[in-house]
Amino acid sequence: MTIVEDNRHLRGALLPILHALQEEFGYIDEQAIPLLATELNLSRADVHGVVSFYHEFRREKPGRHIIKVCRAEACQSMGANALVDHIKKRLQVDFHGTTADGAFTLEPVFCLGNCALSPAVMIDENLHGRVSPDRFDELAAETRANPTAHNQIPRALSHKDSHKGHAQ
Amino acid sequence: MSGHLITVFVPRDSAALSVGADAVAAAIRAEAAKRDLPLRIVRNGSRGMLYLEPLVEVETPEGRVAYGPVTPADVPGLFDAGFLTGGDHALGHGLTEEIPYFKKQERLTFARCGIIDPLSVEDYRAHGGFRGLENALAMSQAEIVKVVTDSGLRGRGGAGFPTGIKWNTVMQAKADEKFVCCNADEGDSGTFADRMIIEGDPFCLIEGMTIAAIAVGATSGYVYMRSEYPHATAILRHAIKLAYDEGWLGDNIHGTDRTFHLDVRVGAGAYICGEETAMLESLEGKRGMVRAKPPLPALEGLFGKPTVVNNVLSLCSVPIILDKGGEYYRDFGVGRSRGTLPFQLAGNIKNGGIVEKAFGITLHELLYEYGGGTITGRPIRAVQVGGPLGAYLPPSQFDLPKDYEAFAAQEAMVGHGGIVVFDDSVDMAQQARFAMEFCVAESCGKCTPCRIGSTRGMETLDKIIAGKNVDANLELLADLCDVMVDGSLCAMGGMTPYPVRSAVKHFPEDFRKKAPAVRVTHIAAE
Repeated sequence: MTIVEDNRHLRGALLPILHALQEEFGYIDEQAIPLLATELNLSRADVHGVVSFYHEFRREKPGRHIIKVCRAEACQSMGANALVDHIKKRLQVDFHGTTADGAFTLEPVFCLGNCALSPAVMIDENLHGRVSPDRFDELAAETRANPTAHNQIPRALSHKDSHKGHAQ
Repeated sequence: MSGHLITVFVPRDSAALSVGADAVAAAIRAEAAKRDLPLRIVRNGSRGMLYLEPLVEVETPEGRVAYGPVTPADVPGLFDAGFLTGGDHALGHGLTEEIPYFKKQERLTFARCGIIDPLSVEDYRAHGGFRGLENALAMSQAEIVKVVTDSGLRGRGGAGFPTGIKWNTVMQAKADEKFVCCNADEGDSGTFADRMIIEGDPFCLIEGMTIAAIAVGATSGYVYMRSEYPHATAILRHAIKLAYDEGWLGDNIHGTDRTFHLDVRVGAGAYICGEETAMLESLEGKRGMVRAKPPLPALEGLFGKPTVVNNVLSLCSVPIILDKGGEYYRDFGVGRSRGTLPFQLAGNIKNGGIVEKAFGITLHELLYEYGGGTITGRPIRAVQVGGPLGAYLPPSQFDLPKDYEAFAAQEAMVGHGGIVVFDDSVDMAQQARFAMEFCVAESCGKCTPCRIGSTRGMETLDKIIAGKNVDANLELLADLCDVMVDGSLCAMGGMTPYPVRSAVKHFPEDFRKKAPAVRVTHIAAE
């Protein structure tokens, strides 16, 4: 539980810990819930309540890559609904499903902040704009062909790389 | 040009990256090496002309010259055309600052965005950065609050509450500890200004928050980021570390007795956490459930302590106000809407991007003079202003001036300045249904009108769309909207009816596609 030790000093530590767990394992395992409750002096219901409240936290192991498709209004205005239909058909999965080969997990998202270049898709932490169905197929093929491809930016959601000198 | 290293700017803004800016930067570096031309590439923020991204700029004695949108395949041709000295090319736009879209803007909050290297303190200072904070460090708390009050700055997150009054409440509260929290949970579709300024000018936010902290007597602060913004989060964390290294954050800021510690926290995909009390719950590590007000967060906020909660754009407007004075800022704008707002043109729009203008500009100017109409070339049928809880407006209302009060009178809101454009292929009944569906997915569940009302609203709209008892169901929907508006605890349930009602009001024909109007007033809705 070094993840807990690394974050225990933070106020409101549960969310940073859950992000760190999900970065490490790809999801929040059921077994983590009683452990976190004990470590943080919370009830299991408290921890379960937080994990289940937030859309970002996954409860099952995902595929090797996460595909997030924006479903919000700006993307709708540029054909996001048709893009979603195309992706579901192409990958043969519904939202929150993982492809048979374990390559992709498909998730819906409400706004990626790329609303002037809609429709938007995020693959792992790479944002893509003006994604037509054909462009999606190219991106999926590139990602599948290059399994080690990761974004050039560091994974940023957990707390591990941030400045710690001031932590309380 | 011997002895002078040419500087080329290729943005690192997420939107630019989403259309290939990294590959363009790599292609420029490779081509320069091949031709043995030494050059320096700066990864700046975006200038906000997102329709031109990736927008490459070259520093010349006359100023920065723009080329875009550039693909890697265009790069050898740009070198052949002599773009390093501002040579003509089909993708050339001349001097960046002379491009009409940019030139006509009034950039106060976004003054540095896209110009500087976002992770260079030196660059930030060279462009006026930290001057506001230096002034604030020499002022009393009450003097700082007065300058902000005098500026007329109102909360840019949506509600438009006067920032100076909020700060004054926190300043006067007595407590052993106070906080400044920045709401960077920019979840509204059609908005991206928070993300852009954090990626393009992160020190501006750090400076604004530090000034707020000094003004109210807070020693700690948090920026609440979205998990959908990993790139902005990484840049902000890096900038905070640099600010600590240079003595702009931490104990004894620049040799004074002031202290401010700043940290980043990341949400987890819950739209409701953009509501300030839900955000505070989330920062405390809990479910993002809305709190009843009072108590106001200004008196009992984070961990029960007095807390300033401001939006990114509000806090990023503070440095220039402290630098140039409250009057300077107040001189922009109309009525009770002072200063500027970075409007965001989004969705089906030809020239999407950031347009920072003083309040009072009309939707028509924004949509046609800046936006250039739709990208599909079809007529604009509706625009949604102020996010998923904002009204849909038809072209007959495009002359409305952008001003908090003028918009509120139409049940619309300026909100965070996002404008989403739809052409005439849009089905407004489906958009109304989506508003309810979104509320079903994102309601925190604390109050009944929002939690249950949204589900019933979606079901009722499904019946209307299917042509079942349309009149009776529209009446039922109107009643339900009244209950949600009047009975919800926060804006989530309280404003979800705005897009629904406005769609029914302005686009009634879309709700009667399946069935002709039949009077069924005596029959209860199914």
